[in-house]
Amino acid sequence: MSRLIAILTREGRWFWPVLFAATWLVSTYGRDAARALDARWLVKYPAAWRLPLKGEISTAMDWLVEEANFGLFTFRELTRGISWLIEIPYDFARSALIEGFERGQGSNAVEIAPSLSWIAVIVAVVAMGHYARNWRLAALVGGCFAYLVIFGQWDSAMVTLASVLIAVPIGAAGGLLLGIAAYRWPLFDRILLPVLDLMQTVPVFAYLVPILFLFGFNAVAALVATIIYAMPPMIRMTTLALRTVPDEIREFGVMTGCSRRQLIWKVLVPSAAPGLMVGVNQVIMLTLNMVIIASMIGAGGLGYDVLTSLRRLDIGTALEAGIAIVVMAIALDRLSQAFAERARTEMHDPALSAGWIRRHRWLSTVVAVAAATTLAGLLVPAVQTYPEPMMITTGPFWSDLVRYINVNFFDQFEAFKTFLLWYFLLPVKRFLGGVPWTWGIGVMTLVGWRFGGWRLALLTGGLSLFIAVNGLWPKAMITVYLCGVSVVIASAIGIPLGVLSASNERANRIVGAFIDTLQTLPSFVYLIPVVMLFRVGDFAAMIAVVLYALAPAVRYAAHGVRNIDPQMIEAGIVSGCTRWQLLRRIKLPLAMPEILLGLNQTIMLALSMLVITALVGTRGLGQEVYIALTKADSGRGIIAGLSVAFIAIIADRILSASARHARARLGLE
Amino acid sequence: MEKPVKLDCRNVWKLYGDAADGFLDNRTSEPTAEEIHAAGLIGAVRNANVRIHDGEIFVIMGLSGSGKSTLVRCLARLIEPTAGEVLFEGRDLLRMAEKELIEIRRKKMGMVFQHFALLPHLTVLENVAFPLEIQGIGRAEREARAREVIELVGLAGREAYYPRELSGGQQQRVGIARSLAVGPELWFLDEPFSALDPLIRREMQDEFLRLQALLHKTIVFITHDFDEAIRLADRIAIMQDGVIIQVATPEQLVLSPASEYVAEFTRHIPRAKVLSARTLMRAGPVDGATAGEVAASDRIEDIAARVVASELPFGVVDGAAGVIGSIGRQAVIEVLAGIQHRP
Ligand SMILES: Nc1ncnc2c1ncn2[C@@H]1O[C@H](COP(=O)(O)OP(=O)(O)O)[C@@H](O)[C@H]1O
Ligand SMILES: [Mg+2]
Repeated sequence: MSRLIAILTREGRWFWPVLFAATWLVSTYGRDAARALDARWLVKYPAAWRLPLKGEISTAMDWLVEEANFGLFTFRELTRGISWLIEIPYDFARSALIEGFERGQGSNAVEIAPSLSWIAVIVAVVAMGHYARNWRLAALVGGCFAYLVIFGQWDSAMVTLASVLIAVPIGAAGGLLLGIAAYRWPLFDRILLPVLDLMQTVPVFAYLVPILFLFGFNAVAALVATIIYAMPPMIRMTTLALRTVPDEIREFGVMTGCSRRQLIWKVLVPSAAPGLMVGVNQVIMLTLNMVIIASMIGAGGLGYDVLTSLRRLDIGTALEAGIAIVVMAIALDRLSQAFAERARTEMHDPALSAGWIRRHRWLSTVVAVAAATTLAGLLVPAVQTYPEPMMITTGPFWSDLVRYINVNFFDQFEAFKTFLLWYFLLPVKRFLGGVPWTWGIGVMTLVGWRFGGWRLALLTGGLSLFIAVNGLWPKAMITVYLCGVSVVIASAIGIPLGVLSASNERANRIVGAFIDTLQTLPSFVYLIPVVMLFRVGDFAAMIAVVLYALAPAVRYAAHGVRNIDPQMIEAGIVSGCTRWQLLRRIKLPLAMPEILLGLNQTIMLALSMLVITALVGTRGLGQEVYIALTKADSGRGIIAGLSVAFIAIIADRILSASARHARARLGLE
Repeated sequence: MEKPVKLDCRNVWKLYGDAADGFLDNRTSEPTAEEIHAAGLIGAVRNANVRIHDGEIFVIMGLSGSGKSTLVRCLARLIEPTAGEVLFEGRDLLRMAEKELIEIRRKKMGMVFQHFALLPHLTVLENVAFPLEIQGIGRAEREARAREVIELVGLAGREAYYPRELSGGQQQRVGIARSLAVGPELWFLDEPFSALDPLIRREMQDEFLRLQALLHKTIVFITHDFDEAIRLADRIAIMQDGVIIQVATPEQLVLSPASEYVAEFTRHIPRAKVLSARTLMRAGPVDGATAGEVAASDRIEDIAARVVASELPFGVVDGAAGVIGSIGRQAVIEVLAGIQHRP
């Protein structure tokens, strides 16, 4: 025994094999052994020992909503105020885009003005495309929106767009203000940073639950969640962009006699505009992602269409709505990127002395078209609302295609699925599922200690203990299992792709385009084809997670290999390495720190996706969060969400520490 | 008849490092470079003393990393010196309240930066008008004033351009126009021409001299280029490792460098560029005929052609004092030929 401990703690080479073998033994025979010893608590955390944390959080939330009072106003009044502030512009946007303006309530409502016609909206996006870059972009975004109208997705898409139009400005402005505050007051920055870190690892559903509780099951709650979700990258980009404004520009501002406020708003923020626009682009993409998730809690829109049709297994409809999401994501992404670039490269306007209408020709056109189509729409309804008979639906086509694939290739898909399930997924599941909580915590502590000394050991051990004392150990192990297999497969595909694209320009372009596309897609969309081909279950979830989490594995590996000092590679070539040796002996080891960081990102994405796959029936912590959501049980949701976050934090700290080790070993630090 | 002192910098120190703050307190003697280094500090500026007079071009010259930028930023209080006083028109900038400092910067100081520091989102006109906008001056007035200065630096017609559409030289003209828009009395320029190509740099130096002849500002000009310093300066301060090792006119620097280090800079400088008629002349009343007169402050380079072409010597005139000596062909030729002259 003491020899075992000595091996585990000192002899580096044997650490992992011995730890693995011991864990395997415990996993396989632990249950029987515990029964023989009459110590069931060793393997199954006794219900009596659970901390009543869930209940306490729920009680605290109740108190907050029912009784909390800040003197001038109660907490409930505060949330109502926020609701009101968001609701007014949101209702306006919905009215303007799709519902029309009405006066009065319910059935007595009288329409006082129609919404913008579909023609006006399309002309507006075309105008923005042309203004931001050129006719090609105009054609692209115009085509995207034409798709929405022709394929009958317009109404849902406009509801989604209304959410985006409200959430993006609020998220961007909020992120900007917090970012500026963090830039100005280092203390605030130090407080904010860990909060942002945590927010990036807590799955969105976890804070959806308390938000639902505070704001009710409606569109405002969805928007609040969306804004909170989309804000952190804007905060980070803002502080980063402000810090990277050249010193001379800041000094110029001071020398000109700017007050502090002038310095921030007239000098620093405009100079940081290109960086800030990157942040806005991220806010848009995250907002779109989240708006779609949030549409399940009352906002409606495209996400709602996808989810309901997926639940009905109506693949055709789901796919059409899914493509509509993708199309919209592409249009918004390209448009915002073009605006960002325009801010960087704008040239002077030769028409400066021309009249107002010529200088603002696009704005005038859009206003004119909007007015004309509104009037014409009163006479010819098709101008106002795209006529139904002219819509095309591809739903039946997709359904047929799926049927065809399933009829003709069922055996192949099934064989593939069964093979992976039997020989990979299930053994891993059995192995991890058998690890008793006591041993698991011990292992996490040991691994933490090995990589980061006692501090990391305390952290990893403590966080695992948190999961156990809340009775979530078995569910956590399922999450770890699904996440683990997905990450292994994503790395097995992604790292070779990354290495390939680092050494081959053509491969780089193809892989790059592929990865870019994957990253523009809201996470939700991945579910559709996967469910279509493999139906619901662990396997389908695993494929969706792999697709979603692939990008960082590729990116970081490519980056790592590309950044190797060329002299190292030349040294290898000169000493006569074959290409394979070059790869295995030089490139991979030197790129290892970056690859580990990529692995880290892959794990984060996989964990966040796992909560989404719970929508189509995977188990584990994601399911727990989802159940809490449907039951509006905030205590349960928060605990489960924190548990996911803690798994993410454990993985993050251990991988970062090992990346640091690797860098130190390679003398890169 | 020295002009009044505009900016007086007394015992200014700037140390970088964690322990910088208390380091200079309670010391009887000045810390040496070794002591500073041993304390883990960087002595970016060490005990700097300079007095800058009204209307002069004061150049601070030193190699990269010698502390020029740090010193000029201390003079403008863009960074807080570790110790010392900076008196602007007799009042200590370092003890001044923020409000008053802002007022002085708005009305009395201007600064030009090495990398131009133009605001990328503003046009040329808006950039130049920016300092006026900060003061709350209305659009019509500030744009009219900005147009005047743009005209002055020769950029008329480019008002609507963005900085990225201009060449480096043009961008620095915008930087200069912008710093002049408020009509400052004290003008800081931190290596304004160092980022430009040599040809453009010469052109900009001429432009700078032309502007100064027109405007008579008090100027603190930073450069690492000794030729530039010689060309522009009324007086030069040479910096080395954070210390000002000599303050003198270009001529004095060349004739009596304070150290081997300074002498190294001056070695390749043609004497004709720095020596004045006063230095070279034979003092005393002129007897016999002269070919004409030159001013005592004229540099040999500028009068050489005339003097060499004539057989007769020229009288040297010093303003009110009248003729104070004479200068002949022989002396000028020796200088031009690089023959070492008596100091
Ligand atoms: N913020 C700072 N922190 C630490 N050292 C600095 C800082 N700024 C300048 N220095 C150091 O002070 C010295 C002088 O720098 P600087 O004034 O920029 O020189 P110059 O303008 O003559 O090239 C250099 O050694 C530089 O490394
Ligand atoms: Mg400098």
